[in-house]
Amino acid sequence: MARAFRPCILTANDLIDGEVVYLAPDGAWTRRPVDARLFEDEGEANRSLAAAEAQEDAIVGPYLAAAAPGGHLGPEPVHIREVLRATGPSNYCHGKQAGS
Amino acid sequence: MYRYDSFDREFVRSRVAQFRQQVERRIDGSLTEEEFKPLRLMNGLYLQLHAYMLRVAIPYGTLDSRQMRQLAHIAERWDKGYGHFTTRQNIQFNWPRLKDVPDILDALADVEMHAIQTSGNCVRNITADHFAGAAADEIADPRPTAELLRQWSTDHPEFAFLPRKFKIAVSGSPVDRAVTRAHDIGLRMIRNGVGETGYEVSIGGGLGRTPVIGSVVRDFLPVADLLPYVESILQVYNAIGRRDNIYKARIKITVREHGIDAFRERVEQRFRIQHKAFTSAHQALLKRISAMFAAPAFIEAPTGAFDAALARDPVFRSFVDTNLHPHRNPQYAIVTISLKAHGATPGDATAEQMRVIADLAERYGHDEIRISHEQNCILPHVHKRDVPAVHAALREADLATSNVGLASDIIACPGMDYCNLATARSIPIAQDIATRMKERGDERQVGDLKIKISGCINACGHHHVGHIGILGLDRAGVENYQITLGGDGTETAALGERVGPGFAADDVVPAVERLIDTYLVLRSDEDEAFLATYRRVGMQPFKAALYPDTVLAAGR
Repeated sequence: MARAFRPCILTANDLIDGEVVYLAPDGAWTRRPVDARLFEDEGEANRSLAAAEAQEDAIVGPYLAAAAPGGHLGPEPVHIREVLRATGPSNYCHGKQAGS
Repeated sequence: MYRYDSFDREFVRSRVAQFRQQVERRIDGSLTEEEFKPLRLMNGLYLQLHAYMLRVAIPYGTLDSRQMRQLAHIAERWDKGYGHFTTRQNIQFNWPRLKDVPDILDALADVEMHAIQTSGNCVRNITADHFAGAAADEIADPRPTAELLRQWSTDHPEFAFLPRKFKIAVSGSPVDRAVTRAHDIGLRMIRNGVGETGYEVSIGGGLGRTPVIGSVVRDFLPVADLLPYVESILQVYNAIGRRDNIYKARIKITVREHGIDAFRERVEQRFRIQHKAFTSAHQALLKRISAMFAAPAFIEAPTGAFDAALARDPVFRSFVDTNLHPHRNPQYAIVTISLKAHGATPGDATAEQMRVIADLAERYGHDEIRISHEQNCILPHVHKRDVPAVHAALREADLATSNVGLASDIIACPGMDYCNLATARSIPIAQDIATRMKERGDERQVGDLKIKISGCINACGHHHVGHIGILGLDRAGVENYQITLGGDGTETAALGERVGPGFAADDVVPAVERLIDTYLVLRSDEDEAFLATYRRVGMQPFKAALYPDTVLAAGR
């Protein structure tokens, strides 16, 4: 049975510095998941993923990651792996969280 | 230690120049990621969760102060001011920018280091006993062998695309500190009945999703036969190793599917041909390499300062108890610098700490440093009179944790905090266990206990050979940790046995405590270590401690 579609965000790593990036509603790549576009339509999500896969000059390894709407702050990743990608390593503060 | 000759220098520099062009072509769009990925991996460059990661080889774990200072410089200039020493005697930089990597590789080449073959389906960094050249129990220094193998395997055209990665470890002592039996090839230096030095060769060891203790393929291999024999093993594996299924591609599966006797027969058959093909040149090279590993000029001096500090200072005494190991020269000691301060990330060292270690090596340690697969750092040659000064300097740099071999001296892979493959975090579990052990204040009473944590089944944290092994998995999106008991990475190698269902992250520390408390009750006396007690009493009492309800229910 096909898995039910869940709302998601489109994420990748920046080509030059490898940092985690997210596709924003305006089509740019943002480093903050709260600024990411939340896809609630599977077709749109897949079309955006296909378009992202062609952007090899900017990003590496795009994929869709489950996310929750997150209220007024914007989308929040669901899985622990994506939470860590969004915030940085949890052993001590020196990843994304150190710059925020 | 080994010094590059003109061939080494030109080879490493040319690889850097080649990679610089490849990076430029990736950035300008001439190379796709699919084309670029194998090229970057050949040069040790991964893309992990948060950033690129550069894995730099520290061949057989040996460094000098100049190299350590350069690692510190790289950490500060191109990374976040620290490096992570790994379970395969590498150092990883977790945050380099792609465009900076060629410059980093050039900086490494300046001090005769590189990142070549730290990834990919090739012969990886050759590892060795971290007490090599210093241990009192050593038969011979394993590093000349490891260096010969490094030179032979570097860019070896026949073995650049093996079915899967290939790891070789060398031990020069009957005490196996290099986990040789968990390697694709493990070499243990031994003496035969007439006193000649040679190798016991084991193959097909490995951890990962299918853990296997290696099988002895040759009881005694004369030193002169090393390269043709190892090459024969690789040739057989290259020919019959599976390429149809990545999970069945390691040599351990090849050996299991064909049987050790049939595999041995193929190797011996091949060896009869290879033996004739090799000239004596490799032995001349080994001789030249061996000369570079000559012992330093040990000094003769009274050790009164050591004895006085030992009598006077309980903190120093604690350090000596756990962090010193007998040296081949009775006036000397091997000093292990723990990179496991309670609550810190196992294996991490700041640039500042690296410089302290480099300074101490230069001033007190005949300019030699080792990195252990247990993610600690070693000054292999310290005269005992200088140990108090070394200890004092380490205390100032927050490097004097006296816990080597104890419960808080935990091996932990980077886990999901950094690694793309991980299914759970390792480091926070290690931090929590170590912090709790400090709070309990009894880890000295608990004694020798190796806790090893992996964040996925690839087992970079060697959990299968931990006395207590912890494996982090993803269960429906939640981290869950399985516990194994009775693993052993030494000459009495054994794989740990899974105790039962996994634990939530918050329950791991209490579970480990229950295991430790059970051991303290069960041990015959203070000299019986955790592993010995486990071997004597078996799994059941530990299982009962971890799952009291289940075990009680089963008994009703």
